[in-house]
Amino acid sequence: MAILLDWKSRIVIQGITGSEGSFHTRESVKLGTKVVAGVTPGKGGKDLDGIPVYDRVIDAVERQGANVSGIYTPAAFAPDAIFEAIEAGIGLIVCLTEGLPVLEMIKVKQALKGSGSRLIGPNCPGITTPGVGKVGFMPNFIHREGNVGVVSRSGTLTYEMIWQLTGLGIGQSTSVGIGGDPIVGSGFIDILELFQKDPQTEAIVMIGEIGGTAEEEAAEFIRGKVTKPVVSFIAGQTAPPGRRMGHAGAIISGGKGTAEEKFKALELAGVTVEKNPAEIGRRVQEILKAKKQEGS
Amino acid sequence: MKIHEYQAKQLLQDYGIPVPRGEVAATPEEAHGIAPRLAGRVVVKAQIHAGGRGKGGGIKTALSPDEAFTAARSILGMQLVTHQTGPEGKKVRKVLVEEASAVRKELYLSLVVDRSRGKECVVFMASEAGGMDIEQVAEEAPEKIVRCAVHPAVGFSPFQARKLSASLGLDAGQGRQFAEICRNLYRLFLEKDCSLLEINPLAVTAQGQLLALDTKLNFDDDGLYRHPEIRELRDADQEEPLEIAARSTSVNYIKLDGNVGCMVNGAGLAMTTMDLIKMAGGEPANFLDVGGSASPEQIEKAFRILTSDPDVRCILINIFGGVLRCDRVSAGLIQAAANIQMKLPMVVRLQGTNVEEGRRMLQESGLRFTVADGLYEAAQKAVSLIG
Repeated sequence: MAILLDWKSRIVIQGITGSEGSFHTRESVKLGTKVVAGVTPGKGGKDLDGIPVYDRVIDAVERQGANVSGIYTPAAFAPDAIFEAIEAGIGLIVCLTEGLPVLEMIKVKQALKGSGSRLIGPNCPGITTPGVGKVGFMPNFIHREGNVGVVSRSGTLTYEMIWQLTGLGIGQSTSVGIGGDPIVGSGFIDILELFQKDPQTEAIVMIGEIGGTAEEEAAEFIRGKVTKPVVSFIAGQTAPPGRRMGHAGAIISGGKGTAEEKFKALELAGVTVEKNPAEIGRRVQEILKAKKQEGS
Repeated sequence: MKIHEYQAKQLLQDYGIPVPRGEVAATPEEAHGIAPRLAGRVVVKAQIHAGGRGKGGGIKTALSPDEAFTAARSILGMQLVTHQTGPEGKKVRKVLVEEASAVRKELYLSLVVDRSRGKECVVFMASEAGGMDIEQVAEEAPEKIVRCAVHPAVGFSPFQARKLSASLGLDAGQGRQFAEICRNLYRLFLEKDCSLLEINPLAVTAQGQLLALDTKLNFDDDGLYRHPEIRELRDADQEEPLEIAARSTSVNYIKLDGNVGCMVNGAGLAMTTMDLIKMAGGEPANFLDVGGSASPEQIEKAFRILTSDPDVRCILINIFGGVLRCDRVSAGLIQAAANIQMKLPMVVRLQGTNVEEGRRMLQESGLRFTVADGLYEAAQKAVSLIG
């Protein structure tokens, strides 16, 4: 089954004619992804390797049955692209674009409320379901079909973790990069909930970063709602305080935000915490082995 | 992005928020000339991008133009050290000369973005305990901080101003002035893509008027593209020179205190590499993310930034090639090493797209370097090279 992306997914790429959009569309097609349309305002009627390009998202929905969107539009136009996808009734919107102003994301979150759309990103590497395809940047060669769900706030660090799993012969159900911005469409909790419900997923790898309280909130959620084993790493144990976190932001989160506190919260929630990222794959391997022995 | 107090006060004034009368001076002579234009006692304040200036000797009062001259002379050019500058301090190049105010009460007022799940919005925070560090208030007396979330679709409502004003113990007249200030601050926050807007203290003067005595204004870097007027307020003198050089090449670089220089692609992996250096017993000299689609030229520029830090004694390159191909990284490294005659020991770990080609290029280049396969192994090797 996997999550988010499956055999029913029909993808439209917003910003398909740009250099990033076209490059990654071609890469995703190589992986077998069903890209059914592209959208670039003013380029309607053209095509990319036979993929029809439209002016509007609604055209891609009505003519090609698109139900998933990947957005590569430049930051200044990305919020508009998201609003257009929501309006067109796209169920899953993946925004890869980096650099959306935080205040725009507050508006986006309002637009998502009550809509039937789910947003992943912005500023994220996207989603890959091995055997089905991908929306986003994740390199094709790192994946392998299997039963571990991966969710992460990072990009290359996520590839590193997936590659570690694959190297040990451990496949993934779906890998999701939720993005590193202060405000994102879907958080850890949203994805953990999907992995918990997904029959294919047997264990979950969660990669966090310093700042904010998303990991603490996720820990709370895991304690109550996640029965599958979770292995976690937090990047930024040595990051200096105050460089990336606004100083008044520390008040809102009640002084939370360091890697140390996140590790502690996750540990208390029963998560297998691993401070050495080179060991994540092996932790997962041990857990899966123990699970198998329990089952037999 | 941060700006100076005098710039922030100008913006407040543009938005109708009362600030003390004052002007900025770059020389003691200018300060001497400004003082007579203001009434009575003046305050001379060092302009640097850090708080805690008073304790470090960066704020002085003066009763006459001559005293203003003396105060400015002692502050200008000093290397001002505060709890936010680090031990080396920041050089003062400008002072703000402004009218001193008789203060009856000091309040705190700020706007920030709440990023927590499901509550994303702009939040007002107010406290009667103004004048002191708000983190300290949050720690010692959190009940003294009142929060007021602004619904993005509704905007700031008059009832919210009444709620905040009551918690600050303001009278009816001050309440009206306070509501006006809040409305304007919210407008400023939205229109300029602020990430932090803090007035501390917001003074109640002896005459019972509200006045923004000190203010701090930070902007969302991602919003700067639509505010050229804000970009112009940037003061390069307040930033680390290597960080400025990095910004012009779209390399993300932050200088740290250690001696293992590292170059990584991706922010999460860059932070992780720092963590691993520390775990292996070393100290990272920097955070450096070359980005996802770096060209050989960009790699060379990043390499130059890295090696111009005199503290760096060993270099660790950690690249997971996805979009960024390993052969392009190698090309950049070879080009850079040749151009700058690098003598530092170097550990290279390449993984991912075109890794064999990348490794072969490095091996055939005649460059001296140590190869590492694993993540942790790379950090251990780098640290051992320092000895």
